[in-house]
Amino acid sequence: MALDELKIGGMGASRRRVEDNRFIRGKGRYVDDVVLPGMLHMEILRSPVAHARIKSIDTTAAWEVPGVRLVLTGETMAARNLAWMPTLSYDTQAVLATDKVRFQGQEVAAVIADDPYIAKDACSRIVVEYESLPAIVNPVQAQDPNAPLIRDDKENQATNKIFDWEIGDKEATDRAFAEADVVSTVDLHYPRSHPSPLEPCGSIADYDRATGKLTVYMTTQAPHIIRAAVSLVAELPEHMIRIISPDLGGGFGNKVPVYPGYVISILASILTERPVKWIEDKSGNLISTGFGRDVYLQGQLALRKDGKILGMRMHTVSDHGAFYADAQPTKFKIGLMHSTFAAYDVPAAHLTSEGFYTNKAPGGVAYRCSFRVTEAMFFQERMMHAAANDLGMDQADFRRVNLVKDDMFPYRTAFGFLTDSGQYGKCLDVALEAIGYDTFKEEQEEARKRGKLLGIGISTMTEPLGAGNSREYDILGIKMFDSAELRVHMTGKAILRTGAKTQGQGHETTWAQIVAHELGIPADDIVVEEGDTDTAPFGMGTYASRSTPVAGAAVAMVARKIRAKARKIAAHLLEVSEEDIEWELGRFYVRGNEERGVTIQDCALAAYSNVPDGLEPGLENVAYYDPPNLTWPFAAYVCKVEVDPQTGVWDVLKFVAVDDCGVRINPMIVEGQIMGGLTEAYAMASMQYITFDEEGNCIGSNYMDYLLPTAWETPGFELHEVVTPCPHHPIGAKGIGECATVGGPAAFVNAVMNAIEHTGVRNVDMPLMPNRVYEALQTGQNVSGMPPVKGD
Amino acid sequence: MYPSRFAYDAPTTVAEAVAILDRNGGEAKVLAGGQSLVPMLKLRFASPERLVDINNIKALDYHRLDPDGTLRIGALCRHEDLEFSEIIKDSHPTLAQAAALVADPIVRTRGTFVGSVCHADPQGDWAATMIALDGRIVAQGPNGRREIAMRDFVSGPFTNALAYNELAVEAVIPPAKGKAVGGYLKLERRVGDFATASVAVALDMNGDVVTRAGCALAGVGGKTIDANEAISVLVGKTLTAESIEAAAEAIADAADPRTDHRGSADYKRHIVKTFVTRILSGIARSEQKAA
Repeated sequence: MALDELKIGGMGASRRRVEDNRFIRGKGRYVDDVVLPGMLHMEILRSPVAHARIKSIDTTAAWEVPGVRLVLTGETMAARNLAWMPTLSYDTQAVLATDKVRFQGQEVAAVIADDPYIAKDACSRIVVEYESLPAIVNPVQAQDPNAPLIRDDKENQATNKIFDWEIGDKEATDRAFAEADVVSTVDLHYPRSHPSPLEPCGSIADYDRATGKLTVYMTTQAPHIIRAAVSLVAELPEHMIRIISPDLGGGFGNKVPVYPGYVISILASILTERPVKWIEDKSGNLISTGFGRDVYLQGQLALRKDGKILGMRMHTVSDHGAFYADAQPTKFKIGLMHSTFAAYDVPAAHLTSEGFYTNKAPGGVAYRCSFRVTEAMFFQERMMHAAANDLGMDQADFRRVNLVKDDMFPYRTAFGFLTDSGQYGKCLDVALEAIGYDTFKEEQEEARKRGKLLGIGISTMTEPLGAGNSREYDILGIKMFDSAELRVHMTGKAILRTGAKTQGQGHETTWAQIVAHELGIPADDIVVEEGDTDTAPFGMGTYASRSTPVAGAAVAMVARKIRAKARKIAAHLLEVSEEDIEWELGRFYVRGNEERGVTIQDCALAAYSNVPDGLEPGLENVAYYDPPNLTWPFAAYVCKVEVDPQTGVWDVLKFVAVDDCGVRINPMIVEGQIMGGLTEAYAMASMQYITFDEEGNCIGSNYMDYLLPTAWETPGFELHEVVTPCPHHPIGAKGIGECATVGGPAAFVNAVMNAIEHTGVRNVDMPLMPNRVYEALQTGQNVSGMPPVKGD
Repeated sequence: MYPSRFAYDAPTTVAEAVAILDRNGGEAKVLAGGQSLVPMLKLRFASPERLVDINNIKALDYHRLDPDGTLRIGALCRHEDLEFSEIIKDSHPTLAQAAALVADPIVRTRGTFVGSVCHADPQGDWAATMIALDGRIVAQGPNGRREIAMRDFVSGPFTNALAYNELAVEAVIPPAKGKAVGGYLKLERRVGDFATASVAVALDMNGDVVTRAGCALAGVGGKTIDANEAISVLVGKTLTAESIEAAAEAIADAADPRTDHRGSADYKRHIVKTFVTRILSGIARSEQKAA
């Protein structure tokens, strides 16, 4: 009898998260929980100003504080060729400033002391003399011919522009616009936001001179990439570097880049020959580490009267801060922005992008999105909304006309992506029915009578998740495949290791479910371990919703290798030839004689005690998986809001999310991912942004200015599913981690706009704070850009 | 959190606490709920030489009604105590409504009413309710007690009228002249955010006639705005659309907001007017229902 898959915690089981056993007991082990003998503590002195020449740094008083062991400045770093380091986008970034500071919060000096109090005290005694320079806080200022040159350290860098990039067919697109009945245009800004994991970044570097080995405990989503980067930057041999990423308190993309603090702690440990711990504070995290977005859009759609999209044009202008340190695949300058409109049948498209340096923190990480896909889909859905209005068409009907139909797969987008599966129309229908789209107009009329404005907003999108394949996707030349290693012990228990790194996604739970599905070993019998480069197989880490599409596929593939070997052992045990063996979950049996069989556990025991002649003992293997394509999940999000016209306050009455992420391994975890993502989407739509005053001071460096939503204001979400298995993934799964963050914001914004656009307003840029909605209602004018920092 | 070095005392009596404050000549800071002080210590915006933790002075942990209806709130009464208080639920509607809107539930379990008033944040909720209710603060110094009217207590943003050697031991709210009605409304971007604008209204009614009217505003000026004079147009009147409109106009004029990232000065003034109108109209409706 085959096992009941749900009972052994296999695919489709909403198995409780095994990692929660320690998290809910306060027994997680984060970097800051690690204490090593003789450990010193490091504090970083940050620049209080956004742009200034450093005239002098006097560290005398800091050295005099009892308990101070080392004070580092840019000069000390430069002496070891470590004042600058390469970024993931082929730029350079200052580790400790030497010539100038280029953003508020930039690392200027570091103190290493016996305890963190002393380090902090001593930091405040370092005297830095700054000669102030004008601050550039947006791309418009950056382009001013009289603007100061931010990157005067670089040769051949005469302006503040980083790149010009384009993709698509300009001529075909121009022709489409020439033929259009209607051209719909929007200008938008996606404000700067921050992933803001609850645990900030940190590291403990431990260099052992006797062995020459460097061990670094580090908050990283990609330990193996970090090992390679440290090897390059610190010029240490790779086999002498061990990166351990213990429990992570969230990442959301923030923990992909290499940060100066990591590098400084490593040098400090080499110099002091003691372990050195650096733990960033929350403000340090918000003010200096990888942000998200900060992109301006001019978008145009060429439309036929009947609603068919003929062509699409986009021009983006992005603000990357002082160093171009975006974490993204090498080939692309503005991430995967060109995945925009992938859900729609658009015959011609052209995208141009310009990137600029400003005096703001660098990093441009994908805050819970697969490399700028959040911007791509937000722009898409705001353009779709405006275009439907410009055509006088119903929002849902307009989307139905243009969504890629089920029989069009595989579908090649105008920018060259290949989408392979989906039931887009069905997802939209399910969502509209759940929200009550048919009766909305009456509901809206009824609400008007009691002085309230109702609006409904739709966002439908597919996004590219799970980079690679390795032909097109690499970071610093390292191909974007992933790996899994499975060791089945003689009692049939197992340990699984992957090159991914969980940071809340629940890999310890779901990976075991994939193994259970493939081998019939109960999920509870499998321990999952990630994050230690000395033990885990090489992998590219966890971001861009790539774990299940890539590492998860590797898990299935390694389990299949194990099963293939177990089959040989089973044949030996059953004394029949391999061809006469059948498999059912957890068990091999003799074809035609189901009673005669052996379990996978029997095979495991035999692998160590009774192997057939000519077969290696043991039951262990490793698989490297290079995906043939990205995975393309689809989402239809529909939101209904009520706006109070007297205050501009808006409340979500109902939010329906229909996600098609293919086969769901653990439905509970998938739903948790969607709810978390929608919460972040709500935050960005309603309250969240980082801005800068004219002097370059960061407004958003603490949680009173940078708002994270709480359970009090976050609306409830109603979730539905449609399942279209991924045709190329071994278990039919698609990425899901980021869909809701990516597709969610436009649903909220479109809903609020729908409620107020009778006044003539076309756009209110995020965040849709009550005062901005009220202003739009009063004036009928667009509200664009960031809220003013101060007035009067 | 890594604050600057400080000495720490945890006295068990008011006399002891005052003696410590007196000995330290202005270098000591009182720690009650810590919800404003501790973040400032963390950021090293405040680096006092000594903290005087009053949490062990159990005699200050109370709120009670005197027989004449005077409400007394001890220095260790937490926001949460008032949020779930049976004592003030019916007798002090303005306080009861504000209690549920102070910061967030976590802060409310530790933060204190009196500490919040002493902190004198221009966006603080309790200072506004105290002004609207014509409250007083009782200060204990080495030479005895004195009472300070709330309107004199807050001298500016984050500054109060206490001497360095005085401890605010109690807040006092005088009894209503007639039936106490009122309300508190606050616009915030998120629970726990500082107010974009908030309005405290407290009226005493004799039948349908207003006998005393109090109002104060938070978030719309350099300090808590005392709008008692503006709302006094209601005294001797009934609540009608016209009288409400006149009061709302006058109170909005009393606001002194600045344009910032929470909104323009005009918007904040508009919110004040809207909220005053909503509170007063709500009172008028429920009074009609009761009659």
